[in-house]
Amino acid sequence: MTALGKDLIGLEYLSAEQIELILDTAEPFKEVSERPIKKVPALRGKTIVNLFFEASTRTRISFEFAEKRLSADTVNVAAQGSSVQKGETLVDTARNLEAMRIDMVVIRHQSSGAAQFLAQRIRSNVINAGDGKHEHPTQGLLDLLTLRDRFGRIRGLKVAIVGDVLHSRVARSNIWGLLKLGAEVAVCGPATLLPRKIEELGVTVLPRVEDAIQWADALNVLRLQLERMQAGFIPSLREYNRVFGVTTERLARAPKDLVILHPGPMNRGVEIDSDVADGPHSVILPQVTNGVAVRMAVLYLLAGGSPDWAQAAGRGEER
Amino acid sequence: MNGILIRGGRVIDPSRGFDEIADLYLLDGKVEAVGRNFGTPPDAMVLDATGQVVAPGLIDLHVHLREPGQEELETVATGAMAAAAGGFSAVCAMPNTDPVCDNQGVVGFVKAQAQRAGKARVYPIGAISLGQKGQQLAEFGELVGAGAVAVSDDGKPVASSHLMRTALEYARTFGIPVADHCEEPTLAEGGVMHEGIVSTRLGLKGIPAAAEEIMVARDILLAQLTGGHVHLCHISTRGSVELIRRAKEQGIRVTAEACPHHFTLTHEACEGYDTNAKMNPPLREPEDREAIRQALTDGTIDVIATDHAPHHYDAKEREFDDAPNGIVGLETALGLAITELVETGLLDLPGLVARMSTVPARIFGLPGGTLAVGAPADVVVFDPALEWVVRPEQFYSKSRNTPFRGRRLVGRATVTVVRGQVVFQRGC
Amino acid sequence: MPTRTLLLDDRAIGRALARMASEIVERCGGTDDLVLIGIQRRGVELAERLKQLIDRAEGARVPVGKMDITLYRDDLQVVGPRPVVGETSLPNLDGKTVVIVDDVLYTGRTVRAALDECADFGRPRRILLCVLIDRGGRELPIRADIVGATVNTVDSDRVDVLVRELDGRDAVELVRSG
Repeated sequence: MTALGKDLIGLEYLSAEQIELILDTAEPFKEVSERPIKKVPALRGKTIVNLFFEASTRTRISFEFAEKRLSADTVNVAAQGSSVQKGETLVDTARNLEAMRIDMVVIRHQSSGAAQFLAQRIRSNVINAGDGKHEHPTQGLLDLLTLRDRFGRIRGLKVAIVGDVLHSRVARSNIWGLLKLGAEVAVCGPATLLPRKIEELGVTVLPRVEDAIQWADALNVLRLQLERMQAGFIPSLREYNRVFGVTTERLARAPKDLVILHPGPMNRGVEIDSDVADGPHSVILPQVTNGVAVRMAVLYLLAGGSPDWAQAAGRGEER
Repeated sequence: MNGILIRGGRVIDPSRGFDEIADLYLLDGKVEAVGRNFGTPPDAMVLDATGQVVAPGLIDLHVHLREPGQEELETVATGAMAAAAGGFSAVCAMPNTDPVCDNQGVVGFVKAQAQRAGKARVYPIGAISLGQKGQQLAEFGELVGAGAVAVSDDGKPVASSHLMRTALEYARTFGIPVADHCEEPTLAEGGVMHEGIVSTRLGLKGIPAAAEEIMVARDILLAQLTGGHVHLCHISTRGSVELIRRAKEQGIRVTAEACPHHFTLTHEACEGYDTNAKMNPPLREPEDREAIRQALTDGTIDVIATDHAPHHYDAKEREFDDAPNGIVGLETALGLAITELVETGLLDLPGLVARMSTVPARIFGLPGGTLAVGAPADVVVFDPALEWVVRPEQFYSKSRNTPFRGRRLVGRATVTVVRGQVVFQRGC
Repeated sequence: MPTRTLLLDDRAIGRALARMASEIVERCGGTDDLVLIGIQRRGVELAERLKQLIDRAEGARVPVGKMDITLYRDDLQVVGPRPVVGETSLPNLDGKTVVIVDDVLYTGRTVRAALDECADFGRPRRILLCVLIDRGGRELPIRADIVGATVNTVDSDRVDVLVRELDGRDAVELVRSG
């Protein structure tokens, strides 16, 4: 069945039909953001908590806009670190939220599996805004929507994900979403930053970024974090840019008009050159716009009444 | 002391190649007679073992009893009771307690607690290094004198090869094995499960098989260099099995153990971020599980040990990254071994009893593992066909952290005798 | 066994729409500042047809928009799986005479939602309601200004409006449960 269930934990757990439902639902929400009054009463009276254990300005703001444009009441909670560090376990946090009768929780956490952990313990809808290295489903969805806007389809598209795939939840969500909708996916980066057995998920491994540029219709360029150099995965950011950077010179040799995506925030001059990020091939800003629409769609679809209400109501007509 | 007559069971004693329906008579804490038709001695307690197996009490070379220091998780007494309920007449307790068992005070304390409890025997294992800090050798002489039967820094690996070498050499003086938790720390650091396709899917940092194999290889080479006896704890990879096999072919003094979870589960058990599947070494791939099973069949891995690791519910009820490693195992080991190894034809019952009793006694130099006349009266009676469902609420252990909740198993201990006393009887 | 009765055939619908188109022009005093808004789904097709009729009769080019009221429904929290949201695109409404067009007027809740949504888009000078079928059963104080036909129904009835653009034929049918 297409309806989404209680939570959005990851694209791995959704069917192609469900993913398409979300993308199709996002379309009318794009229009809402263009109106003079960017608000519809669809989630009026719902309380939503943005529970962010990792600092994130852009994702949190995007969710906040999505929630407010649907007329929901939102509360931002910036929680500290891991359960061990802050002294209140995730279980207790979950129970407290449930005791306050929160309708929905948007959670970002540094541990993989945290979103599922929360979802299994509270009745509220749980939306994963990024859990450790596991998934960032709304980012995957907005990337899909952006590609679909540009190319009219996902099936048969060749998308290369370039960068630190090992530590990237964005990469994993993209891989699941793209494969389920019929795209061909490749990953490209230094071998130290590619996960074990990644090919078994159904993706091709391309050793050099030049190969990716030759092959792909679109590149999704991942952010490279300074910590990776400090942890010894790569010798330096400078070398990373020289060998793997998506630069204007490299793109000039592309056989097609490559579309460039980036989940942000960008390290200009490291994984991507400014000219590329600001250039005509970049869809980085449309990604941001689509982000609000996709998140509105997800909130709208998840906030549907509980299944027993659906049976009691029965109709579904607009009279 | 009155005697115990265990009548009509299938008596299996791998130490003498004995496997027959027979009666077993225990008197004054020793095996008095094995055979048939010697009537019923006066004042003897009679236990009917028809349809069941009568074997030397099981011996677990690797448990964590958490006392002193974490008595809320387990104590020597509750651990010894859980062991008895699992069919074990003896366990060896690892020293990573608080304080660490690196001096005669703690060794003596653990032994005294075990004596007070009067259930399974508890043999303390002393630490290799003071505080298990990996720097300075503990006083093996003092530890052995107080009753330690081996040394180990388990919980942690011995990172320094120099320390491991010294420990192996020094331990030769006392004729004790050095047991190592094989894990190369820089490779394993931060890892929470096996590095493979499942860790890639779940977005969790993995521990590659090589982290164990590097240390297995190192320990084998050091055993060869020093002539010492190295005992490799909880082997989990096919690479390790290969290395051990070749080492034994060369006559190097290496022995090895494997845990029931490593011959039963794979890293797939971590799906859904189930923290009861989080242990160290981690659950590995199906090919590794196969290799472990094969190694138990052909003796490359000498014994089954549980690495019984009690943890509190709260501790496991956490994000996967933060949850502690380990599961309890004393009360499920026999059932898992029979279900996964005997029922599948990989081992016969005498082979199983060897792996869980006779061989552990032999390689650690412990009494037991035999039903020869004059041997200590440590006996287990178990029903190899009894079907049961694992219900952690019924465990004698204080802790409930197991991935086997609800699992149907075949085979369970019904009576455990230690020093000629019945310390456990199911249904009582 | 439910019975299906044909209330209006395609020619009756055509006649009704023609009359409604001229009534709209009459009530609005011409086509200046007139805007038609069709409510998804079939109101959209009807609004488009009314626009064609008015344009031809008056030599005008009346702006027509489409509106999906799903997000403004008052029962959104109760309905189970979320209804699909259709397209909304509206011309400027400020100071205009807006005629909301829908196929069937029943409880009035759709129209209430449409009024709320209009208010979020601008401030029309005047809003009128035009429906093909008024089936009674109002739950809110809402009335139609221009009506194609009135039908008496009970709650268990259903009135189906079919349009050739979506359903292959034009018809209005009453479905009564047996």
